[in-house]
Amino acid sequence: MRSEEHLLVEEQSISLKDSETSSKSEYIKNTSEEIATDKPRCLDDDYEVVYKRPKTLVDVSMHYCPGCAHSLVHKLIMEVVDEMGIQETTVGVAPVGCSVFAYDYMNIDMTEAAHGRATAVATGIKRLMPDKYVFTYQGDGDLAAIGIAETIHAINRGENFMIVFMNNAVYGMTSGQMAPTTLAGMKTTTSPLGRDTAFYGEPIRVSELISHLPGSFYVTRQAVNSATAVRKAKKAISNAFKYQKLRKGTCFVEIIGNCPSNWKMTPIEAAKFVDESMIKTFPLGDIKLPKGEDLKLLQEDK
Amino acid sequence: MKGNEALAEAAIQAGCDAYFGYPITPQSEVLEYLSLEMPKYGRIVLQAESEVASINMVYGAAGAGFRTMTSSSSPGFSLMQEGISYIAGAELPCLIVNVNRAGPGLGTIQPGQGDYFQSTKGGGHGDYRMIVLAPSSVQEMADFVFLGFDLADKYRNPVLILSDGAIGQMMEKVTFGKFKPNKVEKPWATAGKPDSRERNFITSLHIKPEEMEKHNFKLVEKYDLIRKDEVRFEEIDTEDAEYILVAYGLCARICHKAANLAREKGIKVGVLRPITLFPYPSKRLFELADKAKMMLTVELNSGQMVEDVMLAVNGKVPVEFYGRMGGMLPTPEEIVEKLENLIHKSHAV
Repeated sequence: MRSEEHLLVEEQSISLKDSETSSKSEYIKNTSEEIATDKPRCLDDDYEVVYKRPKTLVDVSMHYCPGCAHSLVHKLIMEVVDEMGIQETTVGVAPVGCSVFAYDYMNIDMTEAAHGRATAVATGIKRLMPDKYVFTYQGDGDLAAIGIAETIHAINRGENFMIVFMNNAVYGMTSGQMAPTTLAGMKTTTSPLGRDTAFYGEPIRVSELISHLPGSFYVTRQAVNSATAVRKAKKAISNAFKYQKLRKGTCFVEIIGNCPSNWKMTPIEAAKFVDESMIKTFPLGDIKLPKGEDLKLLQEDK
Repeated sequence: MKGNEALAEAAIQAGCDAYFGYPITPQSEVLEYLSLEMPKYGRIVLQAESEVASINMVYGAAGAGFRTMTSSSSPGFSLMQEGISYIAGAELPCLIVNVNRAGPGLGTIQPGQGDYFQSTKGGGHGDYRMIVLAPSSVQEMADFVFLGFDLADKYRNPVLILSDGAIGQMMEKVTFGKFKPNKVEKPWATAGKPDSRERNFITSLHIKPEEMEKHNFKLVEKYDLIRKDEVRFEEIDTEDAEYILVAYGLCARICHKAANLAREKGIKVGVLRPITLFPYPSKRLFELADKAKMMLTVELNSGQMVEDVMLAVNGKVPVEFYGRMGGMLPTPEEIVEKLENLIHKSHAV
C-alpha cells in the first residue's frame, strides 16, 4: 500500500528530477505514470520513517520567516493533537500578530480574535463547550500589553484552557517594535538606543506574574532553539492539553521564540541569542506544577 | 416589571445560552437578574472584567454556534465597538443591548439618545451595520429580544436593541408567551472539526484587497436585503396628517401625547415611529412627505436621526428638529409649542 510518507519522499525526488528534465511535459507524463503504477521511485523498503508532518498541520507553505519559532510551535501543537486524537474536539484561538494566520495552518476549527482578546474569546468558547480542548496562541504584544487584563482575569477565573504564550520580546508583525517583554537595553525600532528601563520599566515576566494567581494550574517556560528544547516544549504542550481534562485551571505554556528577522540576526545567531540573552531574563523551566491530589488525579486519568 | 428585567427574562425565554456583561447604570439589572436566573436553567452567565472582554466572550460563544448576548450603557457600549466591528466582519449572530444614557464622556445616568449615530452608522471601525431595534415600552423590551435573536440568526449579523435609561428603568405590565425560541442549525460554527467536513474558522481578516472587497460587497448585499425586508415602523394618525412628528423609543411616546394635544387644538398631527433604526423607514417617510407640510423630528440629542429624515424626504418638505439633552425630557406641551411656532414661522414666510 502506498503511504503518505512515500508521497512525501517522492515529492522531493520529483523536484530533483524537475531540474534534470529538459521537457516539462515528459516529466509530468513520467510522474503520472509512476503514480498510476503505484511504484515509489526512490524509496527503499529498508528505510525507516523517522519524521513526518502531523496530519492536522495543513500542507501549505507558511508565511513565517526562516528560523522563526512560530512554524515549529504550530507543528508541536498539531503533533500533540494528532497523538491525542483530538482534532474533532479541539478549538483554537488565533491572535493578532505574526500568528494571525495560524488558522491557515492548523487543520482544526479556529477563531481569530481581536488584538489582545484571545482569552476572552476562549472563555466564551470553553464555558459553552467545557468538554472541548480549547487553546489560545498569543504573542507578547497581544498577551502582555493590550491583552494583559483579559489574560489575568481569564487565568484568575481558572479558565480551563491552554494559553500558548510566544515570547520573542518584539512586535513581529508590525516589524520589530518594543514589546512589554523586550529585554533591558535591547534595541528595537521604537527603542533604537536600547530599552531604557528607567523610562519604560523592566520587561514583564508574565509566567512568574500569573503563577501567583490561584487560577493558574500549570505554568512553564520553554524554548525551541535546540532539539532538546523542542522536545521539552512539546512535552509541556502535551501536558497542558492533558491537564485540561482535570478542569483545575489555566495551563500556561510560555515559549521563548526566536525572531531572527526582527532581531536582525541569522537563524543560528537567533538561536544562540535565546541561550545567551533571553533566558537570563526569562529562565526556562516549570514555574508551577500540579501537586498532591491534582497530580494523583492526572495519573489516574492516564 | 422593570424594562431591564423584562429584557433579561425574555433572554431566558428566547433560549439565550450565554450572557456576558459588566455592571453599568442604568442597565445593571440585566446582569443581576440573569446572574440569579440563568444558572437555574443550566445556562452560562459571567460577569466579565470589562465591556471589552464581555463583547469578546460573546464573539467566542457566537462563533461556537451558541445564542448569546451582552448588554451595557453608553460608555460601556463605546468600549464594545471594537468587538462589534469584529463580530460584524466575521458575520456572527448575537444580541447587544444599549440602554442609552446621556453623554458625552461619563455624562449622566439619565436617559439619552446620543448614541444614534454610533448605533446606526456602524460605530466601530470599518464599514458595517447592525440591525437596530428601538423599543418604546417594557413590552417591546421583552418582545425585541426574541425578534433580535431571530434576525441575528437569519442574517448572521449582530442585532442591537437601542433602549434608554427611562425604558430600562420604568415599570409596566408585560406579558410573555407570545414568542417561542427559534433556534437554527449553525454548520459554520467552530465547535470542533469532525472528519465529515472541512475545518471552520471565524475571522474578519481578508488580507488580499480583492478578497476584502469581495467580502465588503457580500456584506453590502446582506445589508441591502435587510433594508428591503426588515423595515419596521409604527404610524399613528398619519392618514390626514399635515404635520408628522418623527421620533423613536421614549420620545415616540411623548410625541404620541403631543400629537393628541395638537389634534385637540385642531392641528392635524401624526407620528411616525421607526422601530428599526437600521434599516430605516426611509421609503415610508418619502411617501408621507407627499401629503405632509412639515416634519418635526424629536430626539434626546442635538440632532442625529433628523439627518436620516432629511435624507429620506429628500427636500420634499421642510424637516425641523427639536431636542433635549443631558437626561432632560421634553413635555408633550413643549413639543406642541415648538410645532406651533414653526407653523407660525412658515406662514409668516
